[in-house]
Amino acid sequence: IFILFLVLKRLPDRVKIVEVGPRDGLQNEKTIVPAETKIRLIDMLSDSGLSVIEATSFVSPKWVPQMADQMEVMKGIRRKPGVSYPVLTPNLKGFQAAVEAGASEVAIFGAASELFSKKNINCSVEESLQRFEQVMVAAKAAGVPVRGYVSCVLGCPYEGKVAPAKVAKVAKRLYSMGCYEISLGDTIGVGTPGGMSEMLEAVSKVVPVGALAVHCHDTYGQALANILVALQMGVSVVDSSVGGLGGCPYAQGASGNVATEDVVYMLHGLGIQTGVDLPKLMDAGAFICHSLNRRTSSKVSQATHCKL
Amino acid sequence: MQNVKDSLLHCHRLDKPIFRRGSGNDPLISFQSLGAHEYPEFVKIVEVGPRDGLQNEKEIVPTEVKVQLIDRLSDTGLSVIEATSFVSSKWVPQMADHTEVLQGIRKSPNVRYPVLTPNMHGFQNALAAGATEVAVFGSASETFSRKNINCSIDESMLRFEEVLNAAKDQQIPVRGYVSCALGCPHEGPIDPSKVTEVAKRLYEMGCYEVSLGDTVGVGTPGSMAAMLRSVTREVPCRALAVHCHDTYGQALANILTALQMGVCVVDSAVAGLGGCPYAQGSSGNVSTEDVLYMLHGMGIQTGVDLSKMIAVGDFICHSLNRKTNSRVAQARGSQL
Repeated sequence: IFILFLVLKRLPDRVKIVEVGPRDGLQNEKTIVPAETKIRLIDMLSDSGLSVIEATSFVSPKWVPQMADQMEVMKGIRRKPGVSYPVLTPNLKGFQAAVEAGASEVAIFGAASELFSKKNINCSVEESLQRFEQVMVAAKAAGVPVRGYVSCVLGCPYEGKVAPAKVAKVAKRLYSMGCYEISLGDTIGVGTPGGMSEMLEAVSKVVPVGALAVHCHDTYGQALANILVALQMGVSVVDSSVGGLGGCPYAQGASGNVATEDVVYMLHGLGIQTGVDLPKLMDAGAFICHSLNRRTSSKVSQATHCKL
Repeated sequence: MQNVKDSLLHCHRLDKPIFRRGSGNDPLISFQSLGAHEYPEFVKIVEVGPRDGLQNEKEIVPTEVKVQLIDRLSDTGLSVIEATSFVSSKWVPQMADHTEVLQGIRKSPNVRYPVLTPNMHGFQNALAAGATEVAVFGSASETFSRKNINCSIDESMLRFEEVLNAAKDQQIPVRGYVSCALGCPHEGPIDPSKVTEVAKRLYEMGCYEVSLGDTVGVGTPGSMAAMLRSVTREVPCRALAVHCHDTYGQALANILTALQMGVCVVDSAVAGLGGCPYAQGSSGNVSTEDVLYMLHGMGIQTGVDLSKMIAVGDFICHSLNRKTNSRVAQARGSQL
């Protein structure tokens, strides 16, 4: 009985899902999707009960062509009351463009790996944090909440193993700067439950667990197991992507984001509330996969849409 | 990409985990601590690809390929490989070559090759073909039992008792399976007490191990924990295994839960062979590669070489002309 207690007692009653399909998902899909389709996807997601939907990214279209229609998307979506539509802003310029487009929440993206930072955003971790401080100042002045991301928390495609202490350091910095929540990303999906709990132990010493989220990639099929362990350690915010959109740019042909449908299935099966209507979510997933002419990566969707 | 692959290998190896002998649920199993949980130090993998996997593949696989598959698996470090099934070929055409397969494989000294035997007839044929271990298949759902093996649970148990008695005489170990442990395609949710009843019966009749199967993959960590809590009251943890299907993507999370509850035997299929006969086009068995990746990442020993397993997965998928279901194999750049 004690063991059952350990397995189930520590679980939160409610988990907030942060839907990153329209941004992280689509960003990693090869097919460029028209603004209209993105808007329709976000609107469908808004109707599925999600409370946070990452809408787009105010990065230079030169780097991320999929997000070139950021303005149009931001202005085109129906803003459901009670739903937040954060957008990525890599620097002050992006922030200003976002606010102009009507954004009321933004996100900034740090890394726990120096090499990844250099290769991904062309500067060191320290330099990126300084850029973000500029964004934080402007955001505070504008009353715009900021979410912080830390990538490579369980491993880096270039550096290999990443020390939990490094992850904690970056997470702490983002939190102290004023980010209301820190999303810890297993960017290449290499993490396993052992690494996840080790890393969370280190981070939760310097950032309250209530301000933490996990962003697990399913590249090695480990995402749900890693999420379960995170929940057992008190984390109650989970990032995921409808249909498991977004492959992994570091492992050709491999999967990337964990599918929201599969996460919701697990959470509901555990008696954890999410507010999400799974059939409506699956509809949104079916819609975007059809538009992308690809099969869903969600096993729940595959199983449900099959003939019994 | 070579650099990336090396660093991936590197970051997946845990630095010395801290082992301590915990009491866990069973003093006969050694546990280690990771975070707030205790996990077994060693997990035995029961490879069911050649039987459960191939049985659920549409294409009939030539005997030669089955034999090659099993021989290759024998070199990966596995200690148990379910080789075939002595059921009527009328019901399961894929297993029609059971005798040739069992007689054709190279029997590695450190590996056991159990075979399914639904009744005395199958048991006798298995024995004649050289089987040294068998398995019997019960169900926690009446409807599933009737639809799958054409008789009630009680009737099936009587059949198995016959097999167990004959097996005892021949000193042949018998493994028991309970299907629909977390849900039934016909009945829906299954009461844990029913699973316990069947598991207990199989254990008391002489099965050395009982494998609890989430046949349609609908289980989640909650239902897994509740079911195991019930079963472990009547059957010791060390005699239990979990057989999780990945149809809803829940397998690894369910396996993790089982490990946290003291189970240390896990069934899986190389490359995730075998779709789900109840959900056309869906996946079935969890991939051995993905299970190994998780276990090794947690510092849990299995004795199995992951790279060799991936290579075997490549071989069988190539032979079946299908893509692997293993995410690990996909990520490691399998050629398929």
